[in-house]
Amino acid sequence: MSGPEIVFVLLGIVALGSAVLVVTTRQLVHAALWLVVTLGSLAGCFLVLTAELVAWVQVLIYVGAVVVLLLFGIMLTRAPIGRSSDVDSGNRWAALVVALGTAATLVTVVVSGFRNAYVDLGTPAGGAKTLGASIFRYWVLPFEALSVLLLAALIGAIVLSRTDIGAQSDGEVS
Amino acid sequence: MHVAYPVVLAALLFSVGVYGVLARRNAILVLMSVELMLNAVNLNLITFDVWLRDALNAGQTLTLYVIVIAAAEVGLGLAIVLLVFRNRTTIAVDSLRELADRDEEPAAGNGQVTTLQEAER
Repeated sequence: MSGPEIVFVLLGIVALGSAVLVVTTRQLVHAALWLVVTLGSLAGCFLVLTAELVAWVQVLIYVGAVVVLLLFGIMLTRAPIGRSSDVDSGNRWAALVVALGTAATLVTVVVSGFRNAYVDLGTPAGGAKTLGASIFRYWVLPFEALSVLLLAALIGAIVLSRTDIGAQSDGEVS
Repeated sequence: MHVAYPVVLAALLFSVGVYGVLARRNAILVLMSVELMLNAVNLNLITFDVWLRDALNAGQTLTLYVIVIAAAEVGLGLAIVLLVFRNRTTIAVDSLRELADRDEEPAAGNGQVTTLQEAER
């Protein structure tokens, strides 16, 4: 094993272990905090794979925004702080069987499919310069569509969370 | 670096996310498991982009788009979860059965659905 492989395997063990803790812990806030560890070590994996810009975007948006949003959701739904006993539904053994089946199938397929494939990590692949050039040169139209999607999601979240919009809809047409 | 390492890690993370989506009761924990699955896909996209040396950087660009779409999804999903909590005072996904087919209703025409629902119990 070369140096990047060792670092990647260590980061992967951290990511996988904390991901298992995210789906098995009995405390809701701890699940969000373990999600931070998972996403951070995945950002480290992206750095090992020389995708720098995506790694920092991952840290900024996922760790900075999405997890904070999830924590707000946990607080706003008055989740019990501390250990709660009913976080898992009754079909967790069926879920375990399905997840193990998925893992076995996917690992078998990808190991047999990529047996002789090697990544060349010598030249960096994802600096801000190259990625910005390719986004704004070749992928401008999806970028614009994505900004429209973000605007639609913003308006949708506002409409869903305001209480004084839907209430008057029985009388007059709003 | 061998391609199998990141791809196997992505496959395992995806199945952890599948377990979380299926086994968790709290809707916010289900959203967290969806984030895990999306991150597994992101790792695959980055790996294939770096492996194949795509001239247009399609994999990493698509990863950025997936991250943005996941942020939008979490925002809308949390808004829906908060609305459900405001109306029902619970966000346990297996107690929200308002739209489910009841057993006492006549099972004519939807026999398969009721058998699925019974198998779920």
